[in-house]
Amino acid sequence: MSVVESNSDFQPTVLAFCCHWCTYSGADLAGLNRMNYPANIRLLRVPCSGRVNPQYVLTAFNKGCDGVLVCGCHPGDCHYVSGNYFAKRRMMAFKRLLEYTGLEPERFQIRWISGSEAGKFRDVVTQVCEEIRALGPLKHSASFEAFAEQGALGTVNALTPANKAEEVVEND
Amino acid sequence: MSRIGVFVCHCGSNIAGTIDVEQLAQAAREFPHVVHTDDYKYICSDTGQQSIKDAIAEHKLDRIVIASCSPRMHELTFRKMLESTDVNPYMLEVANIREQCSWVHKDKDVGTKKAIDLVKMAAAKVDHDAPLFTTAIPINKRALVIGGGIAGMQAALDIADAGYPVTLVEKEPSLGGKMVMLDKTFPTLDCSACICTPKMADVGSHPLITIKTLSEVEQITGYVGNFEVTIREKAKYVDYDSCTGCGLCETKCPSKVTSEFNQGLGLRKAIYTPFAQAVPNKPTIDAAHCRKLLEGKCGVCEKVCAVNAIRFDDVDTTSTETYGAIILAFGYQLINWQELYGEYGGGLYQDVIHGLQFERLLNASGPTEGHIQRPSDGAEPKTLAIIKCVGSRDPHKGRSYCSRACCMYAAKHAHQYLDKVDGAKCFIFYMDVRCAGKGYDEFYMNTQHDGATYLRGRVSKIYEENGKLVCLGEDTLSGSQVRVDADMVVLETAMVPADDANRIGSMLGVTRDKDLWLSEAHPKLRPVETNSGGIYLAGTCQGPKDIPDTVAQASAAAMKVAILFNKDELESNAMIAQSNSSLCNSCGACEAICPYQAITLEEITRRENSVMVTRKVSKVNPSLCQGCGACTVACRPGAMDLKGFSDEQIMREVDALCQW
Ligand SMILES: Cc1cc2nc3c(=O)[nH]c(=O)nc-3n(C[C@H](O)[C@H](O)[C@H](O)COP(=O)(O)OP(=O)(O)OC[C@H]3O[C@@H](n4cnc5c(N)ncnc54)[C@H](O)[C@@H]3O)c2cc1C
Repeated sequence: MSVVESNSDFQPTVLAFCCHWCTYSGADLAGLNRMNYPANIRLLRVPCSGRVNPQYVLTAFNKGCDGVLVCGCHPGDCHYVSGNYFAKRRMMAFKRLLEYTGLEPERFQIRWISGSEAGKFRDVVTQVCEEIRALGPLKHSASFEAFAEQGALGTVNALTPANKAEEVVEND
Repeated sequence: MSRIGVFVCHCGSNIAGTIDVEQLAQAAREFPHVVHTDDYKYICSDTGQQSIKDAIAEHKLDRIVIASCSPRMHELTFRKMLESTDVNPYMLEVANIREQCSWVHKDKDVGTKKAIDLVKMAAAKVDHDAPLFTTAIPINKRALVIGGGIAGMQAALDIADAGYPVTLVEKEPSLGGKMVMLDKTFPTLDCSACICTPKMADVGSHPLITIKTLSEVEQITGYVGNFEVTIREKAKYVDYDSCTGCGLCETKCPSKVTSEFNQGLGLRKAIYTPFAQAVPNKPTIDAAHCRKLLEGKCGVCEKVCAVNAIRFDDVDTTSTETYGAIILAFGYQLINWQELYGEYGGGLYQDVIHGLQFERLLNASGPTEGHIQRPSDGAEPKTLAIIKCVGSRDPHKGRSYCSRACCMYAAKHAHQYLDKVDGAKCFIFYMDVRCAGKGYDEFYMNTQHDGATYLRGRVSKIYEENGKLVCLGEDTLSGSQVRVDADMVVLETAMVPADDANRIGSMLGVTRDKDLWLSEAHPKLRPVETNSGGIYLAGTCQGPKDIPDTVAQASAAAMKVAILFNKDELESNAMIAQSNSSLCNSCGACEAICPYQAITLEEITRRENSVMVTRKVSKVNPSLCQGCGACTVACRPGAMDLKGFSDEQIMREVDALCQW
């Protein structure tokens, strides 16, 4: 007999890395319009989604966040020309890597929300928080632990787009 | 050990209504290195700010957290406030407990708990804030304007009238752009040349404007205040200093070529001034068609020139100069309809022409001296079909956008045609009529009163039958097929970006939209700025527009340049990337990813493990760096970091949220 655990009381911690120019402004607009969304979300302001190092995401999961969002400007709209494009490539690859270690896909999401899309901000936050609430607290798989432990530096750095095909020379 | 002060704002009841501000201030007192907390009704008010200043002095605070509205609202206010204290303005973090808490979460307990988390993160971050400083960038008070159409001329004149020198670069032999090719201009039907050529003359004679025609910008490097620009001036084969512009050479030249200015409808010589009022009013030799330059024979122009101004040995020259600001004004071109519209004959029928060709037929100094004659046999067309939106609003063939000026100039064309040709019939195929603008709708109504027949629908096919051009189309209002047997067809074709838009845009880091129009920094609030400092947009290079809008934008761009030049120095961004040269492994990933060319690899020599080593390390140019942080993530050895959003700070925020 299977016991379906009810997670209705569970309050997840969801961290959202938000680009200052788009999603962070969208969140401000949601506030201005007095929209309601789950209080589980915590915004961490960055200048650009391209500033988000996969390392931060890994650290967040490792230290107890139940879900992580990375939000940037819509493709083609980056305030800094191309940052979101790099973020997209990097985070998509990283997401698959995390899923490979056993992380549920819902726990790590990448979304594009502009400064005028207050409604979209509310909807995304609500959806993500609900999905993670339904999943329950994050349980680290053994492979995630191993990955977070020692894979962190090497693997994550290897994800950064190398426009120049060069060997990574480890520094002393 | 840092000494943090946390100040919680009530924002009247905006925050205090749904967040327990006292509990929040109390909780903050327990965070590491927080030595003082307080709460106020309105922190941003003068008294609120004064109380922070007092607390800084009294408690010897060296950094502060303000829990209030969004940092997008008041971060600058508080930075300014810190300028008059001992605390560096960048030793400040703002926790957004209004937009992100009190306004969106109704439950006071839940909101307060979240507010505590947000202040926690801000306190963890501020603990690792470092004092930051700006540097002063000198400004070269000379402007470069690229493109000598009405936009470029207006901008150049305004900047020069403000007292700053301008160089105007135009790739054709004369200034004027498309406007000088037009016959009359809507909605007032002023003669285009009569209002455009005086502007050209003003530009030509302005002591502060240097004109470079037949010239193109080859390379641009640098940044606001300091652009290094290389301009290639093509060989003209005529010495403009001695040439008097008498025009004798032109009359004697035996080589005839189709005229670009007349849109292929007339002829010019191989040595030519494109039109009578050209500025500069001196001829150039078209090397591709000159017999002397091609075959070594002829040289008539040289023989007849009384002042010996012909230079067959002339070569292209390049020069590099420094400018403080650049205005892009290189305009538009018309879509290549022949390529896209096989159903309209694809160029097969001589009497299917585009709008700019029609302008030349209307013009008294055009190839037909203003008599409307069809190109094939010179006959006066008694039935004219005008087709709008050829290439515009047609995502399957051309472009999805509206070219904005065509509804009006189609009405203008119909009006002029009906005015000039007795007993004429004019049919206009349209999708919608968009005539928003002062006096525009009235102009359109007048054209209808003149007798133009507007048919709502696209033309699906044009073919020749019994000497007529049969236009088969649809009248969507009556729901019937229509057939117009026309003597001539005018296609009002879409405006598309100039050839060079992509090259120049990417050279300057100015983004292009999906159709390659240059993007403004903000569609509403910063319509003439670009995302690259010191580079402004004027006219149709930014998107289709008519002359009034073009001129308005050009003057606005000139104003932005004048504002910039009014200062002697610019303050650089303080929150920029910095590289730790001892960690840098010279891989160059940062240089490649930087969208502003702000990072270069530079050679350094220094002692490492007691030997002298010479190697390349990355260096950030503080005037170019915009602080996006792309390089920091690309850097594998972790040598790059972003001031104000450092790895350490972000990691501490994550830590604080999860573990404190
Ligand atoms: C058929 C027709 C009729 C029209 N009638 C009207 C009208 O009646 N009223 C009205 O208000 N508007 C009318 N318009 C619209 C009008 O033409 C434009 O609004 C106006 O010409 C835009 O001016 P501009 O300076 O932005 O561009 P342009 O006129 O295109 O000027 C751009 C200039 O930049 C130069 N250039 C291009 N690339 C480079 C480069 N790489 N380096 C240096 N120089 C370069 C070009 O040679 C040109 O001289 C009409 C347009 C058409 C097609």
